[in-house]
Amino acid sequence: MIVAQANSWSLDRLLFTSGAWLLAVIWVLPLGYAIMTAFQPAAFETQITLQAPLTLENFIRAWNAAPFARYFLNTVLLVTMILVAQLILCSLAAFAFVRFEFPFKGVLFALVLLQLMVMPDILLVRNYATMRTLGLIDTILAIGLPYFASGFAIFLLRQTFMTVPRELDEAARIEGCSWLGLLWRVYVPLAKPTMLAFGLVSVSHHWNNFIWPLIITSSVETRPLTVGLSIFATTDSGIEWSIITAATLITSAPLLIGFLLFQRQFVQSFMRAGIK
Amino acid sequence: MIKREWMIALAFLAPALILLFSFTHYPAIQTVIDSFWSTARGRRPSLFIGLGNYARLLEDDIFRRAMINNAIYAAITIPASVALALAMALFVQGRLAGRSFVRMAYFTPTVLPLIAVANIWLFFYLPGFGLFEQIRGALGFDPRNWIGTPDTALYAVTAVTVWSQAGFFMIFYLAALQTIPPNLRDAAAIEGCSNLTFFRRVTWPLIMPTTLFISVNATINAFRTVDHIFVMTQGGPNNASMLLLYYIYEQGFRFWDTAYASALTVVMVVILALVGIGQFFLLDRKVHYK
Repeated sequence: MIVAQANSWSLDRLLFTSGAWLLAVIWVLPLGYAIMTAFQPAAFETQITLQAPLTLENFIRAWNAAPFARYFLNTVLLVTMILVAQLILCSLAAFAFVRFEFPFKGVLFALVLLQLMVMPDILLVRNYATMRTLGLIDTILAIGLPYFASGFAIFLLRQTFMTVPRELDEAARIEGCSWLGLLWRVYVPLAKPTMLAFGLVSVSHHWNNFIWPLIITSSVETRPLTVGLSIFATTDSGIEWSIITAATLITSAPLLIGFLLFQRQFVQSFMRAGIK
Repeated sequence: MIKREWMIALAFLAPALILLFSFTHYPAIQTVIDSFWSTARGRRPSLFIGLGNYARLLEDDIFRRAMINNAIYAAITIPASVALALAMALFVQGRLAGRSFVRMAYFTPTVLPLIAVANIWLFFYLPGFGLFEQIRGALGFDPRNWIGTPDTALYAVTAVTVWSQAGFFMIFYLAALQTIPPNLRDAAAIEGCSNLTFFRRVTWPLIMPTTLFISVNATINAFRTVDHIFVMTQGGPNNASMLLLYYIYEQGFRFWDTAYASALTVVMVVILALVGIGQFFLLDRKVHYK
């Protein structure tokens, strides 16, 4: 009886482990195949072999075939600008929701939460018209502006600010701390883990964002990586696949490497930011 | 005295709220208004046409195709992503040989831009070249153009969506599984409760709020995740993979029919609002597990 149980248990285990690994292999295959192709000479792109010589030539050719350096700069400027604006604007707003009493507070907060459902990503036509009125078409500012006031960030920071002990807050006020000083010296330091978590989520979201930047940009000086890559990959000029996959990896590399190095932080940040 | 506090609060709120209203609430309302007008063309100004754009919607075969496709897309991506995310979380939460590699394999697609994912899969599917086709070829199947065939294009892009988001949802299940007290497990073991029974009776009910949370997110994603369509199929062949948001883009920014695109956007906003209302009622009833 005991033996039978032990046997069925190990069969269980075997099925479990092989299921986990099968899924992992399926999940890794598309990316693994792309990485393999990118590091092998173009002549080997139709063959599945590990014997082919490794080369960086595809990366060099991809890098020179399109202004990727400029796209990189644009994306870095974009995500930095968005994150800084989000953290400042949303901290101020979250602080007001936590610390002050004012009329229509509940209604205003509900309106903030509405953005979790109806995001600017969907209101493309009207936001494009607004940008035209502001004269901002084809600027990096226009890509970021609709995301500066993030309902999600306000919500997240409000949750964190609410946990700040009232004694700390009052002590600082008695010391003669201004409201801004209070936010900066007491609330922000205590919200650092939340801000880091939100930062990772925000950076990876806007690094990967595509449709709005595609619509609003039309020149090399403003296009982020995702748009640059899509243009590079869809020009039917007979570019070899090994070069396209190399370009694809170039655009994803910073996030991918960041993720592999700081896996735990990534996973915890996404977890922290997602659980309400 | 109270007035002063209102003023300070306003000063703190104003920058964020002005931007929020300018790019979320104002465009949402203005889109509804725009949808009752015609698109200005050349010297022909925009005219009030009432429900004209909506009447056109009902007659529009491509719109109908997009709605049906989007329904199929949602009907597959939501349950598949939820089920796979749960399976992944169960796989990596306990003892498993090579656990950190497996977890990394599941999660990695999440950090890739969907545009990059689209390129990777385009190559993966490529008839004659792609790994997928080579494997099928080795097994003796005829080559197939998965993306270029109307029968399979939608399913090909659907698979890509599931691949790219399941690992992301896995994280929330992992977090939820960690909150299940280990003594429940021990108690069940003493009672001689099988793994399957334990999952059905204890784990599944306890992680219900997470399942709902993930389902809502997967539903929203089913309507706004269309980046890969731009690279892989562009809605084709013959609108076989046309989805609502892609159709909005096409009408608004390829054909510059902004009024019609506004009417389409209203449909989208209504769908998302319904999801929001549904979430509110569902979560309200199930949330007492926390």
